[in-house]
Amino acid sequence: MDELDYQLLELLQQGLPVCPEPYAQLADTLALSEQDLIERIQYLKKTGVIKRFGVIVNHRVLGYRANAMIVWNVPDAHVERVGQALSQIHYVSLCYQRPRKPGIWPYNLYCMVYGKDRETVLQQIDALIRRCHLQDFSYQVLFSTRCFKQRGALYPVLQTEKADG
Amino acid sequence: MDNLDKAIINLLQDDFPICEAPYQNVAERLGIDVDELLQRLERLLQTGVLSRFGPMFHAEKMGGGLTLAAMQVPEQRFDEVAEIINSFPEVAHNYARQHRFNMWFVLATERPEQIQYILQDISEKTGLKVYDMPKKKEYFVGLRLPV
Repeated sequence: MDELDYQLLELLQQGLPVCPEPYAQLADTLALSEQDLIERIQYLKKTGVIKRFGVIVNHRVLGYRANAMIVWNVPDAHVERVGQALSQIHYVSLCYQRPRKPGIWPYNLYCMVYGKDRETVLQQIDALIRRCHLQDFSYQVLFSTRCFKQRGALYPVLQTEKADG
Repeated sequence: MDNLDKAIINLLQDDFPICEAPYQNVAERLGIDVDELLQRLERLLQTGVLSRFGPMFHAEKMGGGLTLAAMQVPEQRFDEVAEIINSFPEVAHNYARQHRFNMWFVLATERPEQIQYILQDISEKTGLKVYDMPKKKEYFVGLRLPV
């Protein structure tokens, strides 16, 4: 990634312009050709710097009022299989393996489930336990009670030449 | 929000085309005029149904740091502690959850080494232990909420 890529990411974070030729508009701002800009975005997507490119919905406005973080204690030997299986369930968003905290926190696999209400979320969790064969693993459901801060997926973008990664 | 709005949202949660005239491409798939698509998108963004339109980044691949942190906050100190945490611009979001570990926040920093400093800072300012739960592995899911 070069300096221009970082500038491009910073611009994209503000949202894609809603106009007939959004990439041409961004290209103008960066003094690039539209074709060059399109190729850069495609490359950032191919290399995984951009994970997904599309609209981010406000799940609360859309009526997804309940969100639960489910944490599982899965033996290390099974975590890959279970992680893969969970990620295939269409109502699971985000699935991560994280470290345990010995003596305090035995859970090592996290996933998020959104639903219209808590009852729906709990039903979905029951269904995924059956479908992914998780009956033997202990877990906890952490419903959110308040959202204090939600700035979306805005991340600080480096502007320096530090592109060694 | 009518059925066309829903169809637009469901379609655009999948990958948006990266080509010349991308909205035209989407409008054709929906069988509508591009002006109508643009107008509806504007409105969905303005009314907050869509929180953003653009890329989701892989923070680490951009050279940044990212982690999830958890705390056990005494009920009577909850708002005070939340305010301290939220005052850090690096805190991307923060949720209260029903559990002994009742506060969970995501930290996104320009550089990986800043994570530890900020967690330590939060711990000192709140007098509470902060548990760092960094990701070891991510299992890819396409976050899509059918509407």
